[in-house]
Amino acid sequence: MTDLLEAAMRLMVVFVAFLTLPLLVGQLEHKVMAHMQARVGPMYAGGFHGWAQLIADGVKFSQKEAIVPDAADRIIFGLAPALALLPYFIAMVAIPIGPGLAGQELDAGVFFVLAVMGVGVIGTLMAGWASANKYSVLGAVRQVSQLMAYELPFVLAAVSIVMAAGSLGFTDIVDAWQPWWLIWQLPAGVVFFVAGLAELNRPPFDMPVADAEIIFGPYTEYTGLRFALFLLAEYAGIVLLCLLTSVLFLGGWNGPFGDSWLWTFAKAGVLAFVVIWLRVSYPRLRADQLQKLAWQVLIPVALAQLLLTGVVVLAW
Amino acid sequence: MDDGYMGGYAVVAAAVALGVVFVATGLLANRLLRPVVASAEKYTTYECGLDPVGDGWAQTHIRYYVFAYLYVIFAVDAVYLFPWATVFDADGYGVVTLVEMVIFIGFLATGIGYAWRRGVLRWV
Repeated sequence: MTDLLEAAMRLMVVFVAFLTLPLLVGQLEHKVMAHMQARVGPMYAGGFHGWAQLIADGVKFSQKEAIVPDAADRIIFGLAPALALLPYFIAMVAIPIGPGLAGQELDAGVFFVLAVMGVGVIGTLMAGWASANKYSVLGAVRQVSQLMAYELPFVLAAVSIVMAAGSLGFTDIVDAWQPWWLIWQLPAGVVFFVAGLAELNRPPFDMPVADAEIIFGPYTEYTGLRFALFLLAEYAGIVLLCLLTSVLFLGGWNGPFGDSWLWTFAKAGVLAFVVIWLRVSYPRLRADQLQKLAWQVLIPVALAQLLLTGVVVLAW
Repeated sequence: MDDGYMGGYAVVAAAVALGVVFVATGLLANRLLRPVVASAEKYTTYECGLDPVGDGWAQTHIRYYVFAYLYVIFAVDAVYLFPWATVFDADGYGVVTLVEMVIFIGFLATGIGYAWRRGVLRWV
């Protein structure tokens, strides 16, 4: 009974984190982007520096009219946001932030999380196709081709750290992690983070939702709460990617002044800042540049890293 | 909840259920809160305010299939890599195991190199 209660508590904590952390990242993005562009961002909602802006947005979205175009495939159209959002929640359940601090530790944690994260793209494809809108279909096709290109370096980079630690469990990986891995696994870490950004459609990899070309890609026809769910999925994805990179490549809760889950969050927070920073700094990549970067840079680097990791592990 | 290997996945199943309930509740609440002000124009396909031309679903030539093939090949390879990565350093494995995987990936890498040289790794 206590086991059951504990599992339920853990699940609820992850759920609350899943709903609040993306808002934190979103608010951070509002403010950081604003200051990088020499403006102040939202200042009104909630009083202090517009801290409640995203809550206000949520209340607004929940009351908005939901429009399903006549041409759309109603059922698929309605299901797509759930399928885009939920994989991130399910993946988050398996990621530990401290020793024993996880929704549920899984033996094959890395494998599970990578597999589940890949499901989200089906939601986007469903959204794009079911909308029966040319821009949506274009966006969905771009999204899928982008995922196909970047899933490989993403997975190969993760394999490198698995080889180094000799385990698929997140806790084992963090326990095995040594500070010098920062250098040894640096190429894999960078490849992982960049490929992750591309999977999330974050700028500069935001071709699938390029607003100047195809309105908002697969999400063009969405309104109200369903649209909000897609947005939540994007920010939940950022949280997930930053936590993953922090746990896999930056040593998670290992830190100079004692191990703590605060370190995991501090590292993930810095990464989230970098994600926003990249959005402000870089122009959007073209489709051919995207493919070139994935197939001719990231994948060869990831393969070379695999070789390096294997040799070092055996020689050590 | 740690009843053996599969025990942990009960929580994952619970997470799936919780997620479904969350989205369903949200959409139900939205249904109760939102206005419905129907008008024919609202339900047309959005094409920047102009009347939509033709259908959103059309046949097109997917030239991306070469990438898709390459992806499938490497994705299957990656699935093999994971179990291998956890044991290649263990007793009874070692250098030979690593060399075997290098040869295997070498074949695939040669495939990418070939595709690259042939110029099919281009977006058209």
